[in-house]
Amino acid sequence: MPLILTDEQTMLKGAADGFLSERAPIAHLRNLRDSRDPDGVSRELWAAFGEMGFAGVVIPEADGGSGLGAVEAGVIAESLGRTLTPSPFLGSSVLAATVLTQAGSDAQKAWLPRIASGEAILSLAVDEGPKHAPARIAATARRQGNGFVLNGAKGFVLDGHVADALIVAAKTDGGLTLFLIDPKTDGVEVERTVMVDAHNAARVTMTDVRVDADAVIGAVDGGEAPLTAALNLGRACAAASLVGAGDQAFQITLEYLRARKQFGKAIGEFQALQHRAAHLFTEIEIAQAAVLAALQALDAGREDAGLVASVAKAKAGRVAELAVQEAVQMHGGVGMTDEFDVGLYMKRVRVLNELLGDAAFHQEALARSQGF
Amino acid sequence: MSELDDFRASTRQWLEANCPPEVRGPVRSEDEVIWGGRKAVFATPGHERWLKVMGERGWTAPEWPVEYGGGGLSREQAKVLAQELARLGAQPALNSFGVWMLGPALLKFGTEEQKKRFLPPIVRGEIRWCQGYSEPGAGSDLAGLQTRAEDRGDHWVVNGQKVWTSYADKADWIFCLVRTDPEAPKHLGISFVLFDMATPGVTTRPITLISGKSPFCETFFDDVRVEKENLVGELNRGWDVAKHLLAHERTMIGAMGEIGGGRPLGQVATGAIGVGDDGRLLDPMLRARIAELEVDAAAFRLALERTGDRMKAKQAHPALASMLKYYGSELNKRRHELLMAAGGSDALEWEGERSRDGAMARDWLRTKANSIEGGTSEIQLNILAKHVLQLPGA
Repeated sequence: MPLILTDEQTMLKGAADGFLSERAPIAHLRNLRDSRDPDGVSRELWAAFGEMGFAGVVIPEADGGSGLGAVEAGVIAESLGRTLTPSPFLGSSVLAATVLTQAGSDAQKAWLPRIASGEAILSLAVDEGPKHAPARIAATARRQGNGFVLNGAKGFVLDGHVADALIVAAKTDGGLTLFLIDPKTDGVEVERTVMVDAHNAARVTMTDVRVDADAVIGAVDGGEAPLTAALNLGRACAAASLVGAGDQAFQITLEYLRARKQFGKAIGEFQALQHRAAHLFTEIEIAQAAVLAALQALDAGREDAGLVASVAKAKAGRVAELAVQEAVQMHGGVGMTDEFDVGLYMKRVRVLNELLGDAAFHQEALARSQGF
Repeated sequence: MSELDDFRASTRQWLEANCPPEVRGPVRSEDEVIWGGRKAVFATPGHERWLKVMGERGWTAPEWPVEYGGGGLSREQAKVLAQELARLGAQPALNSFGVWMLGPALLKFGTEEQKKRFLPPIVRGEIRWCQGYSEPGAGSDLAGLQTRAEDRGDHWVVNGQKVWTSYADKADWIFCLVRTDPEAPKHLGISFVLFDMATPGVTTRPITLISGKSPFCETFFDDVRVEKENLVGELNRGWDVAKHLLAHERTMIGAMGEIGGGRPLGQVATGAIGVGDDGRLLDPMLRARIAELEVDAAAFRLALERTGDRMKAKQAHPALASMLKYYGSELNKRRHELLMAAGGSDALEWEGERSRDGAMARDWLRTKANSIEGGTSEIQLNILAKHVLQLPGA
């Protein structure tokens, strides 16, 4: 398959970019932040996201979704990266929806139409320490009677403070098990964490949380496969958001290079800056190729899709980091001000880089796969 | 089964039957590289047969039209062929400036007669070409070239000097930039001509490089007769042909490190340094640098593929070749720095069988030219700043 978007995917990109730049430009993020909005995300915008078919992009049509694939999810994630819009898209529409689609029971899948319409927000609780390390999950689920007792602490749970249900990964006797829990269950504490980029996550503490057996998603000890599927798609979409944010910061910077005058000419006339801009352009092009390849590999169900997603996440992360550093530096003093947007991109990229494994995490995965 | 699956199955079957065992596996030395030409030397009979069977099928230029000897494959079929060749670990059946550079220019600018005359022997590897571009006074400022072609009615007489002419001493023909109008602005007085290196008045002198090898030559033209029918494109508009060809050359140089087919860096490093109980390379710092490079290399290979797909779909700026050239050549230099670090003192040997006459060190030094030949990295960045980013004053 050619590494270009199909006509339909290009139309979707136009729709997502158009919708977000009209309904949720950067001013939207600033409003939520400056008004100290109690949710940190707009429910109204999220419902509109549902109406557009974006919130249910990867959910099958039979479950009320749009029945599209990873490339389409990535297209939307990239648009969200460009406008920095706070949205439950990654946590609810990508991560949680993938777990339920892959492994949910009929009763659990009843959440899917509500995720697709934007009515419900779900979130996936995987991380525990400050770094993404799904292989070292320590939260436990112990069998008791007809159900389980959960203990442990989770962090970086995307929009977990407004989640209607949480998907929690915990260790069981023979492996990893995923549970669908109500955050209002006794023993569950959810603390909102406002992050540097004015997006939100939550810390979730579970102390002797009792759940019934029907809270298990898929098989007991069988959580790894659906979790990995969700993480891989999540990583590719986070990479798409990184490319969106990095490229948008670059576009803003290019405008500035043309407009800002010093020594009697546009600063973009100086070769010192031209070469750095051309280098950055090259890096962004390469990251875009890796991201699209990862999304296509996921859609094709290729065996190495997880690895391509790691390449995409690592590359897009490093490239976006360079893009926002250059953006602030090339803007000079005004790049340091809250009034200019480039600083907001720097903050968002830092969060997206940490999300679902940073470049080092994914480079480690690649090294292992190549036997060194 | 889709048509493409059918194509894959028949290709696999044909390659299994026709790819000689001697050409399966990495290229072990320069002798194994197949260049073809009138003076062709083959490492083994298998190498000679490999060129012959692939050339007859047009698979040395898979996407060229069948009428000019090419394979007539679609881009998707050509990708399948490349995948199947990689699956066998087959060495390239032909390395050729004719295929990589001149052919695409002839397909775009050549007359029907020129295409029919020159393209099929390129595909079959019968004629080896070299490139007469750079001159002692025209490096990055290529359009400042001074080699003169004087009009003598039915032919030209060429006088001047070229430099960095890759394999001029081994080539049969040259594609050459000459000045046909010294009065015109520099870009508008250049023509693109072809001539036989055996023509009286052509001499070559190899240049010894820091690698100790001589892939490049100085080439001198002393009253060389060039027939007018060998002008490609319009008179004095050779710069258009030159630029088109450069885009292909740049893509080729950018891709060079990725199609080399050498052993993966991680394998070289574990072989030389060893692994711990956890399976990790015993040098954690080097391991991290290799992993970072491999991510960049994997992403770059995808960018090569994507750029090709976009060019085919007419969605790409032609100057994107500069992006591939810039990134790929810098990447290849990094790769060889890491190969040298992985090889340690073993990689420093310059002579003798154990080091295959210092192959690692010589290859490492050779890569330093990647970011110079075909236009320096700095020139590529200038082109991107001007033509793609459209920055002021660039």
